[in-house]
Amino acid sequence: MRGLPPAAITAIVFVVGFALCTVQFPNFASTRVAANLLTDNAFLGIVATGMTFVIISGGIDLSVGSVIGFTTVFVALAIERLGVPPLIAFAAILLLCAAFGAAMGAIIHFFDMPPFIVTLAGMFLARGASFLMSTESTPISAPLYSTVSDFALRLPGGGRLTAIALIMLAVVAAGAVLLHFTRFGANVYALGGSRATTALMGIPVGSMTVRIYMLSSVLAGLAGIVFSFYTAAGYSLSAVGVELDSIAAVVIGGTLLTGGQGSVVGTLLGVLIQGLIQTYINFDGTLSSWWTKIVTGVLLFAFIALQQAMLGIARRAGPRKAGVLTS
Amino acid sequence: MPGVRVDANVGGSDAGMNANSDPGPALLEVRGLSKSFGTLRALQEVDFTLRAGEIHALLGENGAGKSTLIKAVTGVFPRDAGIVRLGGAEVAPRSAKAAVDAGIATVYQEVNLLLNLSVAQNLYLGRQPTRFGLVREAEMRRCATELLAEFDLHIDVAEPLGNYSVAVQHIAAIARAVDQSARVLILDEPTASLDRHEVEILFAVMRKLALRGIGVVFVTHFLDQVYEICDRITVLRNGRLIGERATAELPRIELIRMMLGRELAETTSERAAAQVRQVGEICARFEGYGKAGYVAPFNLALRRGEVVGLAGLLGSGRTETARLVFGAERADSGSASVDGKPVRLQSPRDAVAHGFGYCPEERKTEGIIADLTVRENIVLALQARRGLAKPLSRSEQEEIAMRFIQLLDIRPPEPERPIGLLSGGNQQKVLLARWLATAPRLLVLDEPTRGIDVGAHAEIIRLIRELCDDGLALLVISSELDEIVTYSDRVIVLRDRAHVDELEGEAIDVSNILAAIALAGTAGAEAGPS
Repeated sequence: MRGLPPAAITAIVFVVGFALCTVQFPNFASTRVAANLLTDNAFLGIVATGMTFVIISGGIDLSVGSVIGFTTVFVALAIERLGVPPLIAFAAILLLCAAFGAAMGAIIHFFDMPPFIVTLAGMFLARGASFLMSTESTPISAPLYSTVSDFALRLPGGGRLTAIALIMLAVVAAGAVLLHFTRFGANVYALGGSRATTALMGIPVGSMTVRIYMLSSVLAGLAGIVFSFYTAAGYSLSAVGVELDSIAAVVIGGTLLTGGQGSVVGTLLGVLIQGLIQTYINFDGTLSSWWTKIVTGVLLFAFIALQQAMLGIARRAGPRKAGVLTS
Repeated sequence: MPGVRVDANVGGSDAGMNANSDPGPALLEVRGLSKSFGTLRALQEVDFTLRAGEIHALLGENGAGKSTLIKAVTGVFPRDAGIVRLGGAEVAPRSAKAAVDAGIATVYQEVNLLLNLSVAQNLYLGRQPTRFGLVREAEMRRCATELLAEFDLHIDVAEPLGNYSVAVQHIAAIARAVDQSARVLILDEPTASLDRHEVEILFAVMRKLALRGIGVVFVTHFLDQVYEICDRITVLRNGRLIGERATAELPRIELIRMMLGRELAETTSERAAAQVRQVGEICARFEGYGKAGYVAPFNLALRRGEVVGLAGLLGSGRTETARLVFGAERADSGSASVDGKPVRLQSPRDAVAHGFGYCPEERKTEGIIADLTVRENIVLALQARRGLAKPLSRSEQEEIAMRFIQLLDIRPPEPERPIGLLSGGNQQKVLLARWLATAPRLLVLDEPTRGIDVGAHAEIIRLIRELCDDGLALLVISSELDEIVTYSDRVIVLRDRAHVDELEGEAIDVSNILAAIALAGTAGAEAGPS
């Protein structure tokens, strides 16, 4: 696929969208709006980064929303009811998430099950377990939480780059390096190209699958921790449907749903586009917030159609002959 | 343990075994390799010897065991018996990766590389140069460019592999294998989708590798290419080793006989009975019928009560002819007529509407529907022909099913048994029944006896004859020449995707067919090198 990479199209859509908002609301273009965009979507950015790896490898992870919900409840109960120091609670839940993701990856690989079904089961399991722990919203009042929410880098123009926004940016940056500049990342693309071929080329497909789902679940756990910072509470119904938001962000970011192509930066842009729509609705004040979903849906359609069209063009152009060949 | 060698070739040139003037030391030795799938013996005590620096053709028709041999050697299938030695040391890889690690690499027809990754990533996946855990992209590209330059291939290695032609993809796959210190390189039909120029590029690479002392196994069905590039030839048939020869000492007719033939004496007597048969009027005629790049235009007239056999090597255009006749592939030239009226065969639906039927070669994937019962499989084509608006009642279906179960002696005679549980021969009979139920005027049978045991084999042939006596026209494809000779009234010989000869009456015998395949159009010439 030559010409403009899909992520560049996402970037153009974002810039154009931002410009349109600015035309309508002159005070839209401020560091305050930009910083809030990052803060409000921090958890989505983190979980969508993990989802990018899974989708590029040819899989899907439907469990992440439930894992976020489970994490918020687990963290809240551990800190408030059991008096566990927050950092220890965080370490525990991240380990638990890693084990959960590894188990899903192992089932997918060793029983040759479709990721859709396995992670769907994981979704019900995690959501059910969080209801089992508590059906109430549990506020978190640990000192660490107020420290974190007070922390912010002040930007010129009044914007506050919060701790959770910084965590998200760090995750995206680390994710981009991991995906684009390491052997692990190359293997992720390879898996999305063809599992059988990747195995024939000597890549340990099983351990790769386990590690990819582990990564996704750990990032979902991290997103859950960030979500608990954001809301200062743990609630078993939090982040319902976030798995679908993150899949939408990944696809709008130019990643092929069938795997093999995509980028983490594109995913971040996909997240920000969803946030932009929400912000526009907040500025407008009269629109229902469900318009976010409608516009996201339209964009999703547009991007999938675009990808198909580009694939079609690439196919019609046909493969190129070799450059200089002497025989 | 060397196995019993079944050397069924004819004539006195048997001394060709190991007759090469100076065979090098054996690099890869396969001895007594056997492999069965259920009751099917895919390989029986096969020996194979590859020497360093030679290009060795592995030949045989469909089902001869070439792919099974490759897969059993490279650990894709576990083997039942036999040993493999590489450079004198026994190797028993458990997987394709283990085989590569041992030094045996395979490049399949469908390139086993990742089209979505860059050329460089494909060459170095899993072994990229890294620093502090990060891939050194520039270094990797430099190495990749140098590696491909060794094969005279100068391309931008940062581009996705899918942007390049299949020839480039094959060379990249070969380069990766060779760079991973392969000593034996197996190329499984690498030229099937290449044009002439690309084939030459690939051959240059193969010659270069042979000069380096790598043993190259070349699987193909293009005999011209075999004679162009191969030093030695090993022929398999029906899972057995037929023989190994130096290419220079093996005339083409002899090679084809090894691939297809049986002792000529056996078959001549069977012919007489089939000889006398009244054939009726022309029921389907094809004139100048063909498709560019698929089958060259041919003329074909099929008469009622006549069996026309299509003979030729694998890939010669037999199945392609059948698919054109049945409308499964659209012709781009010529015309077709049925009972004298011009018709257009755009799809199998059209063909069925004109009373054609087709039993494809791949019975399991294109023919039977394994989970449906015998009854459901039998009524399928008839129901499709009537249209869904006029369903056959259950009692009609049962009546039809029972009629054909009795007529064709399908066993067990239980219409409600899932067809997947029947033996191969009985599945084939159900397929025949499916088309016979539509009372067709023309039936095309592609390899009707493939994978069927000997008893059922004879029965299918008997059925083919009886069907014709009832006025049906039959077009039959088979690799078994003596079988074709037994039931055909006319034999059309194909070579390189064109109809090259037609034999009728007394002229139909195995040696004439072999000669026609080998010499293309000079069927009268003396068969055999003697």
